[in-house]
Amino acid sequence: MRMPQNSYTSSLCDTLTAKGDLSDSFVADAGARVAMLDLITGSAIYGRGDELRGLSVLIKTSDQFTAALMLCELDGIARRMVLYPPDMPIKYLPSVIDLAEVDAIVSDEAAFGREYPRVRHFVPCGREIVLQEYDRGLQYQTEWILLTSGTSGPPKLVVHTFSSLTGAIEYGRNPDGRTVWSTFYDIRRYGGLQIFLRAVLTGSSLVLSSPWESTAEFLARAGEHKVTHISGTPSHWRRALMSPTANLIDPGHIRLSGEIADHAILSHLRSFYPHARIAHAFASTEAGVAFEVTDNVAGFPAALISNTPNIEMRIENSSLWIRSARSASRYLGDESSNTLRNAEGFVDTGDLLELRDGRYYFVGRRDGVINVGGLKVHPEEVEAVINRHPRVEMSLVRKKKNPIVGALVVADVVLKTASQADHYDLRELQLDILRFCRDALSSYKVPAAVHIVPSLAISESGKLVRHYA
Amino acid sequence: MTVRSEIVEQFTQVALEQDIRLAPLNDNLELLESGLDSLCFAVVVARLEASLGVDPFSSAEDTRFPVTFGDFVRFYENASE
Repeated sequence: MRMPQNSYTSSLCDTLTAKGDLSDSFVADAGARVAMLDLITGSAIYGRGDELRGLSVLIKTSDQFTAALMLCELDGIARRMVLYPPDMPIKYLPSVIDLAEVDAIVSDEAAFGREYPRVRHFVPCGREIVLQEYDRGLQYQTEWILLTSGTSGPPKLVVHTFSSLTGAIEYGRNPDGRTVWSTFYDIRRYGGLQIFLRAVLTGSSLVLSSPWESTAEFLARAGEHKVTHISGTPSHWRRALMSPTANLIDPGHIRLSGEIADHAILSHLRSFYPHARIAHAFASTEAGVAFEVTDNVAGFPAALISNTPNIEMRIENSSLWIRSARSASRYLGDESSNTLRNAEGFVDTGDLLELRDGRYYFVGRRDGVINVGGLKVHPEEVEAVINRHPRVEMSLVRKKKNPIVGALVVADVVLKTASQADHYDLRELQLDILRFCRDALSSYKVPAAVHIVPSLAISESGKLVRHYA
Repeated sequence: MTVRSEIVEQFTQVALEQDIRLAPLNDNLELLESGLDSLCFAVVVARLEASLGVDPFSSAEDTRFPVTFGDFVRFYENASE
């Protein structure tokens, strides 16, 4: 395993320019294909980059392809780029605009964000590159702002730089010019962004999925493009293996991250793609890329903790802490008391580890966050919704292991004394609580089961007893 | 109750709860074309584990994941034997 430490004080555009021969490299989705070379010389904002110079720019696009064009064009020009992910509720836009001091919005949606007075510039963007000469030289070390889900309210804004995001990437490795990257992730989040940056920094091609495309169609297209490297969560891969077109790709490298990779998915992948090198990696938006494991076994060898180049790791109270140049520097709006890193610069990943026979296994989250197919669910948010139901006294939301999406959310509910359900209306009540949740929560946060229980354990401090691992 | 009838019941029930239009269930139907997403399958698999007492997705090693509805039923029938 080799994880070099690089430090790029460059921009995406400069990096691509320095690559020289890009004649065969492209970025494609289901509707368009653009040569990497054109990303340097053309513009997808009609040459209006000058207008965005030195500004804090929020990028909101309806697909990944357009976002890719924007990242290449604005890195080094904007002071700050804020990537709005596809599934982030729009109700959080005002707080994101305030926290990131957004001056400009670049979007392919006509009237997006016009109602916010502090935003002074609106620049439309499109899926087409127009040849347009303007000064693209590096002028700013642009801050890259990534959004992660907050405890129950607005997202946290994580501050990265080109250097921190690219620290794990081996510069210039595309030896035979045939490397084609792809991912089930979205490049507007950390996991997908890593793949986008790998493609650009190595001058390789990149195949992106389109929002209107099914898994089967995406895999068929990835097969046509002869994808060599492809990444996703274990849940993405389970879905891929249930697709009739899974056999149309023949990647040499398969990567899993974002969720616990269990023995079952690793051995399924090994048997389906016997020629592929399969790696499962640990990375998080805050801590950055830490390490990868290639021995096809769940968990990781304990020795990795002290033997991973450029990454310092330690385990405190069963939780994994990481310090490296790949970590984010801070959360926006959090400058007075940096809660992202401790005084020594370590990031608490909040991931709990258990040591068995010389190997560490991830067993859950210290904050109780439930990972449903790579998406975070805070139990407290779901409980707050359930507790608003008129017949509910209190509730406890917990995880149930699941072989398709890693974990599901289930709820234990205590009814108010006056409203104990008899046998006949119990089922109706459970359905009603579920309807209540469905109206207020994204589908992955809705419990898969509601159990009516006589009581819940309360600790001496008066809090619900939670079992996280 | 057969394994098949229980599976049909759970597919139908989950689709109903999620307000999803379920494609007619026949053996050649591709699972990803059924209308159910990953989350729905996750719920179906969790409920089948409760009712049939097996979870072939967690235990299967060198077998292929089911692609069609027919594969899915056989996947569970083999695990229940």
